[in-house]
Amino acid sequence: MSKLFSRDSWAEIIEALSSNWFRTVLTAFGVLWGIFILVILLAAGNGLENGIKQGFNGMATNSMFMWSQTASQPYKGLPKGRRYNFKTDDVPAIKQHVQGLRFVSPRNQLGGFRGSNNVVRGLQTGAFNVYGDYPEIIQQQPMDITSGRFINYSDINERRKVAIIGSGVQSALYETNEEVIGSYIKINGVNFMVIGTYKKKGNNGDPEEMQKEIYVPFTTFSQAFNMGDIVGWMAITAQDGYSITDLKSEVFDVIKTRHTINPNDDRAVGSFDLYEEYSKINGLFTALNFVAYFVGILVLLSGIIGISNIMLIVVKERTKEIGIRRALGATPWGIRAQILLESIFLTIVSGMAGIILATVVLWLVNYQLSTMDTSEMMFINPSVNIGVVFIALTILIVSGLLAGLIPAQNAIKVKPVEALRTE
Amino acid sequence: MGKNSLHVLKGINFSVSEGEMVSIMGSSGSGKSTLLNILGILDEADEGTYTLDGTMIKNLNEKVAARYRNKFLGFIFQSFNLINYKSALDNVAMPLYYQGVKRNVRTDKAMHYLEKVGLADWASHLPNELSGGQKQRVAIARALASDPKVLLADEPTGALDTKTSYEVMELIQGINDEGKTILIVTHEDDIAHMTKRIVNLKDGLIIDDSVVSQVRAKTESYV
Repeated sequence: MSKLFSRDSWAEIIEALSSNWFRTVLTAFGVLWGIFILVILLAAGNGLENGIKQGFNGMATNSMFMWSQTASQPYKGLPKGRRYNFKTDDVPAIKQHVQGLRFVSPRNQLGGFRGSNNVVRGLQTGAFNVYGDYPEIIQQQPMDITSGRFINYSDINERRKVAIIGSGVQSALYETNEEVIGSYIKINGVNFMVIGTYKKKGNNGDPEEMQKEIYVPFTTFSQAFNMGDIVGWMAITAQDGYSITDLKSEVFDVIKTRHTINPNDDRAVGSFDLYEEYSKINGLFTALNFVAYFVGILVLLSGIIGISNIMLIVVKERTKEIGIRRALGATPWGIRAQILLESIFLTIVSGMAGIILATVVLWLVNYQLSTMDTSEMMFINPSVNIGVVFIALTILIVSGLLAGLIPAQNAIKVKPVEALRTE
Repeated sequence: MGKNSLHVLKGINFSVSEGEMVSIMGSSGSGKSTLLNILGILDEADEGTYTLDGTMIKNLNEKVAARYRNKFLGFIFQSFNLINYKSALDNVAMPLYYQGVKRNVRTDKAMHYLEKVGLADWASHLPNELSGGQKQRVAIARALASDPKVLLADEPTGALDTKTSYEVMELIQGINDEGKTILIVTHEDDIAHMTKRIVNLKDGLIIDDSVVSQVRAKTESYV
């Protein structure tokens, strides 16, 4: 170990490596390139992941959406093909029977994509999605409230006719610079006061359509548009530590019991499991990371082989020198240690250069990205954390050792007398 | 090493006492280099014993062999065998490096031996900036650096012209005068006669072992 820290062995190594500068640099380039590719690939994967996950920005990913379909099996004298609706009573029932749920938000919807014009303000009309919602929905499907406020429980309890409109709605119904808050819009003939505006972020779905929505209190919606106690669909979020994918069958069971549906009828309740999709994307990035490591390490490996190759040549060239050294009293271990240290040193120095180069490139890319609006981009903040750098360094040290092992073994295999004989 | 073993030495029995200066002569193939390699612990005899300074040299592992080489022996080669990318001073300091001597002590000692061979001014020069005679003198300084018991020289003047050869021999004689034991392998008669005893080998056997009167290699007398 003392050899590792002695100034002399380092002086020896530097001397040996600098005796053929050009070759040393060329060899080092192989490893530099390998580690550069590894870091860049990992960072690119990370950037893509950041970009994609920005789409889920703040969205409660541990969520599912659930709607009623038709019973596909006869049950307790009821025919198949029967239609049913979720009821407002289902919401407290689900909350009561299923443990681990965070939000159960009933929702109703009016209009739809390319529906007929349903909203009027003065001379302006437009077709927009109108949702009846509870205040919790903003924590499940986040949006930026750009002015005013979102629905609160006073609105729910008092069934206030208030609405929050998207920026798309605002630009369709209002002049620029016109005061929005406090104005009235007419939805299906019913007047609502606008109390807030929003802008949604993210890049999943249609970014333009997402801004053309109107949110009103759920209770107001039911009353104003004659929904009674019908619930169109629900957005259900599980608590942290629970997975909605595990809990959803319990939720379905509650619904099936309450609506007299055959427990084996899987088609009666429609659902979309966001968590499952999110897990799939997570899995995708795990795979992408794996590919980055795989490709990076393979490229690195070819660099390592280059080093090993050069060390073999170096040993061959220095057979005589090694013979001399042994005649002068160098132990086999001393020779082996020197070859190993040379190889590790070369690997680490070139690897560090590769990491530094990759860092500079990433810094430049990030600098470029920071000058752009990244909110709707698929690629943001490509980076690797310090842990990855340490992993790369460990790989380097180990591979330097491996690269030096065979040449070092070759070096001590030569008997001093034979080494000296080569003229 | 070839697959077929070849018995080069067929029964050598001789001893060298401290302070002697012996030359080993013989035509090529007579086994003189093999003998020197065995004496230098670079090779090992199949049979027989070799005692160096009261220590039996037999079945040593490489680590111990390396230590003995370093402690007991100094080598001088025909082709000098200096390390090309190291300065004269660093070359001389190498045996001390393997002894684990501290850097500054090492440099001092190496400088001392370089002065002894008259090359103090060339300490920072690389071997390829030196003449053949100078290289060999650096090699002699290196052989002396670890203060060995025995100096083994394999054709030390083989690559040098007559004048330089005699200069080198004069140096070696001077070292012997200080009491160092020296063995020289050579096939040159005049070089052999500058030693105190000549051992003649032929086909692996000693055919002649006689003490001779030493011819001093006074450079002036030959120029």
